[in-house]
Amino acid sequence: MTKVTMTINGKPRSGDAEGRTLLSSFLRDELGLTGTHVGCDTSQCGACVVHVNGKAVKSCTMFAAEADGAEVDTIEGQANADGSLNVIQQAFQDYHGLQCGFCTPGMVMSAAALLKENPIPSEAEIRHYLEGNICRCTGYHNIVRAILAASGQDVPAVAAE
Amino acid sequence: MNNFEFVKPSTVEEASAALQSEGAQALGGGQTLLPTMKQRLASPETLVSLTGVEGMVGVSASDGTVTVGGTTTHAQVAAEAASAYPALAALAGQIGDPAVRNRGTIGGSLANNDPAACYPSAALGSGASISTNKRNIAADDYFQGMFETALEEDEIITSVSFPVPEAASYQKFLQPASRFALTGVFVAKFPGGVRVAVTGASNNGVFRWTEAEEALSKEFRADALMDLRINHLNMISDLHGSQEYRAHLVGVMTRRAVESAS
Ligand SMILES: Cc1cc2nc3c(=O)[nH]c(=O)nc-3n(C[C@H](O)[C@H](O)[C@H](O)COP(=O)(O)OP(=O)(O)OC[C@H]3O[C@@H](n4cnc5c(N)ncnc54)[C@H](O)[C@@H]3O)c2cc1C
Ligand code: FES
Ligand code: FES
Repeated sequence: MTKVTMTINGKPRSGDAEGRTLLSSFLRDELGLTGTHVGCDTSQCGACVVHVNGKAVKSCTMFAAEADGAEVDTIEGQANADGSLNVIQQAFQDYHGLQCGFCTPGMVMSAAALLKENPIPSEAEIRHYLEGNICRCTGYHNIVRAILAASGQDVPAVAAE
Repeated sequence: MNNFEFVKPSTVEEASAALQSEGAQALGGGQTLLPTMKQRLASPETLVSLTGVEGMVGVSASDGTVTVGGTTTHAQVAAEAASAYPALAALAGQIGDPAVRNRGTIGGSLANNDPAACYPSAALGSGASISTNKRNIAADDYFQGMFETALEEDEIITSVSFPVPEAASYQKFLQPASRFALTGVFVAKFPGGVRVAVTGASNNGVFRWTEAEEALSKEFRADALMDLRINHLNMISDLHGSQEYRAHLVGVMTRRAVESAS
């Protein structure tokens, strides 16, 4: 075991990690931050997306030791300071961008990364950016609409591709 | 996943030394190695992370060559090679998804040499030179079959140099579940001739389609390929596509690449 320290949602946190401890396991099992979900074993579903030094990554596909010293942002840090939902989270609620909610933490973190890079994305750009986030429930349309709304754009009734 | 010791050297020399120990393996972005380790198809005893090694990251361009450091991520290549080598940047920007591109590296992709990976076609199609801690290897000598390369066990890809062609394009027919190429073709037009590299199609991994190169070197037009058919016998056959289908795709994607080359 080695001690790993990172800044998570703005606060310094440390814990023990083996070499093989995944960042997702470190967050969930060592620190109790269970908002980051793990939906697959193949690096394909995106439920585990967090930001490491500002970049969206799959926390199941990175070792905790690799994030030693890094700034990590998770879904737990997304709400506004007063505890209310941030603009992306609120839009997911308003536009029914979730059903079971399992994929939602990863969707919100990917959406946040997209809007940082590209504040006014087109519908096609949103769909392209979410290629690594799988949702079993919604059929994606309402997720896309939520992100259009969160970026301050008009929300058309989006059609199937 | 079996446990291992994690080390993070800061120089190429330290990394080379760490790789000498029994059961040691290099770790790039982990986007192939971690899933492989989860399945216990790889169980290194020591993982030597390369991402902290100095001088192995970034894109630079000079004298008609673009050089990419071995630990440069796909996202960095997509952004930083966009003006110097647009077809290479476009290829990097189509790998996997954004989170994979933020971690995965060119060195890891070329070391792995997945038969459906994108970068091998750019390296072979451009006639790139692969630099390691020991030597420079021409792409024509580097790729040696599915998941096989000229690399020795403890060899580290430190950078890859791409001669920039007059025009080039990568056309990927997406396998949407894996996000790899079902078949992908990289076409590059140089003053001395055209190179065509095909990924995702052959049981031997990436290869050059020499008949298409000859035809396109005479006349760089999609129509120049109209009468060419590639033999399907050594092609990959799986639930996503038969050998015949992949052979057909090679022709279609090569013509699309010629039409869109810029
Ligand atoms: C969901 C998903 C989708 C993907 N889609 C695509 C796609 O569309 N196209 C595509 O081409 N790839 C795709 N990939 C693979 C991705 O590009 C990987 O990043 C890449 O294949 C491996 O790079 P890495 O840096 O992650 O290497 P790692 O996983 O860290 O390592 C892979 C292998 O290379 C060795 N290695 C790593 N770096 C070096 C180095 N510098 N020198 C020598 N050996 C080294 C390691 O020891 C290991 O054997 C996808 C992966 C995932 C998870
Ligand atoms: S849990 Fe990380 S991609 Fe599925
Ligand atoms: S809301 Fe159920 S998986 Fe997306």
